[in-house]
Amino acid sequence: MIKVEHLTKRYASHTAVNDLSFEVERGEIVGFLGPNGAGKSTTMRILSCFLPATTGRATVAGFDVFSQSLDVRRHLGYMPENVPLYTDMRVTEYLNYRAALKGLSGSKLKTRVGAVKELTDLRDVENKLIGKLSKGYRQRVGLAEAMVHEPDLLILDEPTIGLDPNQIRQVRDLIKDLGQRHTILLSTHILPEVEMTCSRVLIINKGRVVASDTPANLPGTLRSAGNIHVEADAGAEDAAAELRKVRGVKDVAPVVAAASAESPAVPAPSGRGHGFQEFELRVEAGADPRLDIYELARARNWKLRELSLRRATLEDVFVEITHTDAH
Amino acid sequence: MRSFFVLLDRELKSYFYSPLAYIILTFFLILTGYLLGTTVEFFQGQPRQYLPFEFFFNNLLFWIAFLLTIPIITMRLYSEEFKLGTIEPLMTAPVRDWQVVAAKFFGALLFFLILWAPTATYFGIFQSITGQAATGSAGAFAGSYLILLLMGMFYISIGCLASVLTQNQIIAAIVSLVTILLFFFIGIVATVKPNVSQNLRDLMAYTTSVLHMQDYSRGVLDTRPMVFYTSMTLLLQFITYQVFQYRKWQF
Repeated sequence: MIKVEHLTKRYASHTAVNDLSFEVERGEIVGFLGPNGAGKSTTMRILSCFLPATTGRATVAGFDVFSQSLDVRRHLGYMPENVPLYTDMRVTEYLNYRAALKGLSGSKLKTRVGAVKELTDLRDVENKLIGKLSKGYRQRVGLAEAMVHEPDLLILDEPTIGLDPNQIRQVRDLIKDLGQRHTILLSTHILPEVEMTCSRVLIINKGRVVASDTPANLPGTLRSAGNIHVEADAGAEDAAAELRKVRGVKDVAPVVAAASAESPAVPAPSGRGHGFQEFELRVEAGADPRLDIYELARARNWKLRELSLRRATLEDVFVEITHTDAH
Repeated sequence: MRSFFVLLDRELKSYFYSPLAYIILTFFLILTGYLLGTTVEFFQGQPRQYLPFEFFFNNLLFWIAFLLTIPIITMRLYSEEFKLGTIEPLMTAPVRDWQVVAAKFFGALLFFLILWAPTATYFGIFQSITGQAATGSAGAFAGSYLILLLMGMFYISIGCLASVLTQNQIIAAIVSLVTILLFFFIGIVATVKPNVSQNLRDLMAYTTSVLHMQDYSRGVLDTRPMVFYTSMTLLLQFITYQVFQYRKWQF
C-alpha cells in the first residue's frame, strides 16, 4: 500500500528525513514511532502529497506521490497533527464540504457523512460550531473527515495527542475497528497504545528506520530481553556472585532500599533487615533462568521470597534504540 | 472542475459563517445609502449638468466605500488558512493548486458583487419616486457596473497577493490597503499637479481609476482600461499562485 524508497527531505538548515525506505502492506496497522524531530510528520506530509521530497520515491496504492498526486490524494485520508479545522463552520457543514471536495455527491455523500458521524459519535454535536468543540470532539471531526471518502489508506499524525484517558480509549477502539477495512499508518508517543492497536511498529530516528517488527517481537531484539527480580535470604553466602553463575543471566545488581533511606520516618517493610536482599538480574534474549534460580536457592537452602520476570516493553526498546547514548 | 465549484461555494459561504459579512454589508449599506441621500440633496432645487447616476459614481463617498471594503474582503483569504493550519487538510484533498487560487479570487469577487448589487436598485427607486431620469442611458449604467467589476478584479487581486504573503490578517489588510491607496492616489496626484510632463500624464491616464470611472459612467466604454485591469488581474493572480505554492512547501 505504501512503498517508500530512499526518501530524503532536506531543509536549508537540516535534514528531516534521510534515505528512508520502508513498505506497508494492505491491511496493516503500522505504528510510526520516533523521538520528536525524528521525521515522522515530515514523512507523513510527503506521503500525503503536502510536501515534495528532496530525493527518493514514494508510492501510495501504486501511485507516485509527486507525479500522480491527485490519484494518491483520492486514495488517502490524512489527519494532520493538532487537527486544523475551520472553526467557524458547523460539524455537518464541514463534513459535507470535505466529502464533496473528495468527490462524493448526492445520496452517497449523505450516507457516508451520516456513517462517519455515527462511527465517531458526533451525532450530539453535529450542529455545533467546530470552534466551540472540545479537543476530543475536534479530534473526532478530524478522524471522521479523514475517512469520509472510504480511503484505502489512513495516515493519522498523533491521533490521540491531548486527549484524556477515556477519549484515548475511544479513539484506540475506533482505530482498531477501522483497521479491519483500511490500511493505517499512525504516529504516536503513547507506546502502550501501539502495543494494543498496531500489527507492526516502525521506529525511526534521525530520519532513518532503526527498527521494524511486530510489537510482540520487538523486545526480543533488545540486547537484554528483560529483568528478573529476586528477593532472597542467602545467609552469609555471596548471593550476587552465585546468581551471576546461573546460565542466561547477564549481570546482577543488588537493589538498595532507596525508599527507606530517603525517608527514614517510613518504617522499613517487615522482613527487610532480617537477611533478605533484593537483586535485579538482566537476562539474555530468549532466556528464562527462573527455574534454575529456584533450584539454586533450594540447593543452598536460601529463603526465597520473590522471583519474578519483567519482560522488556516497547518502551525499553524505544529508549534503547533511539537514545543516542545507548549506541 | 467540480472541485473548483465546491471550493468556490465554501469561499463564498465562509463570509457568512462569521459576522464579518454582516458587518461589512451593514456599514456598506449605511455608507451608500448616505451617498444616495447626498445625491438626491444635490439635485434638489436647481438644475445640474450631471445625471444623479454620474454624481453617485464619481463621488468621494463612493471611492471610500469601494476602496475600504476591498482589504476587509480579501485579508483572510490565505492568511487564515496558514494561521489555522487548514492549508494542510485543504491541499491533501484531491484539488489542484490553481483551483484553490481561482476559487479564492472568484469567491471574493462574488462577495464584492453581492455587496454592490443593491446599489443597482437605487436608481430604479430614484426614477420611480421622482419621475426623473437617473441613469441617462443604458450604456452608462452598464459601463459603470462593468468598470466596477474590472476595478474590483484588480484591487481584489492586490488583496489576494497581500494575504498570501502573511499569516496575519491585520498585516494583510494594512499591506493591501496601503498598496491600493498608493496606486489610487498616484494617478490623481499626477493629473492634478501642474508641473507634470504630458507624457507622464498620459501614462497615468491609463492607470487612474477615477478617470476610468468618469468615462464609463458617461457611457464611454474605452477598451484600454479593460485590457489594463484584466491583464493586471491575471498577472497578480499568477504571482499569487506562485507565492502560494512556495509558501505551501515552506509551511
